[in-house]
Amino acid sequence: MADRFAPGDVVRTSTADPVWHTRLPRYARGAVGRVVELAGHHPLADDRARGRPGTAQAVYHVRFAAADLFGDGEHDVTVELWEDYLEPADEQGGTP
Amino acid sequence: MSGDHHGSSAISERVRHVEALLEARGLVDEGEIDRSIDDFLAGGSPVNGARITARAWVDPGFRDRLLADANAAIRELGLSMAGGLQEQRLKVVANTEDEHNVVVCTLCSCYPIALLGPSPSWYKSEAYRSRVVRDPRGVLAEFGLELPAGTRISVWDASAESRYMVVPRRPEGTDGRPEEALAALVTRNGLIGTAAV
Repeated sequence: MADRFAPGDVVRTSTADPVWHTRLPRYARGAVGRVVELAGHHPLADDRARGRPGTAQAVYHVRFAAADLFGDGEHDVTVELWEDYLEPADEQGGTP
Repeated sequence: MSGDHHGSSAISERVRHVEALLEARGLVDEGEIDRSIDDFLAGGSPVNGARITARAWVDPGFRDRLLADANAAIRELGLSMAGGLQEQRLKVVANTEDEHNVVVCTLCSCYPIALLGPSPSWYKSEAYRSRVVRDPRGVLAEFGLELPAGTRISVWDASAESRYMVVPRRPEGTDGRPEEALAALVTRNGLIGTAAV
């Protein structure tokens, strides 16, 4: 399956709070950021943690402005996120 | 559930129980897991990260290759991220006058062991993991690193499969020094981004 996102794309992370292990950090949920680069293809951590085989999917470095994560701060935080955690968004955080 | 799973005796007990079952059923030999861990740790030392840094300081071509494809570039120095079950992707980021990088794993303690050795205990502490993403300037100041107000800070959260290493800035007044002498200046904290060199 082709990768859904490319560097420069604006994305919004999932707001879901699953009961199982996930590697979408809580502080980065429901946040809008920008894809920096592709970081390979790996089975979703959530699947592996539940003993499911999981097929490899794209993993991306996604950069967030601290103010978008925490309400303030001048720095940025780059988080590595599986494609399933991401939806397309526009600069204002809406759905294009 | 992205919360803490360190320091849990329940998890430790479960791991020991699983290991005992694997041995009892003949799926692994006695001590095989410990030997695998020893192999994984063997050769892992900040000396490796320091060699990479010194080469990047003296060789701009290597620096470019390192920042573009770190796994390929470190093979030029005989180093590799392939010591574990699978080769880990390495991402190297370089500090400049305008930007300072710092690495954390907020979800657990992911760390480039092959290049930096075992991680320091503070790297695994909840205080570091939770605070450095929120207030990196304040946390770095507590490490004794006061960055100029104009320096942008980038935090890298090793939340998935990649491992990260920082190339610190080359100190002033080190022109003409041989590569080995430059490598001796590089500290582990410099490679994590919690110190300057």
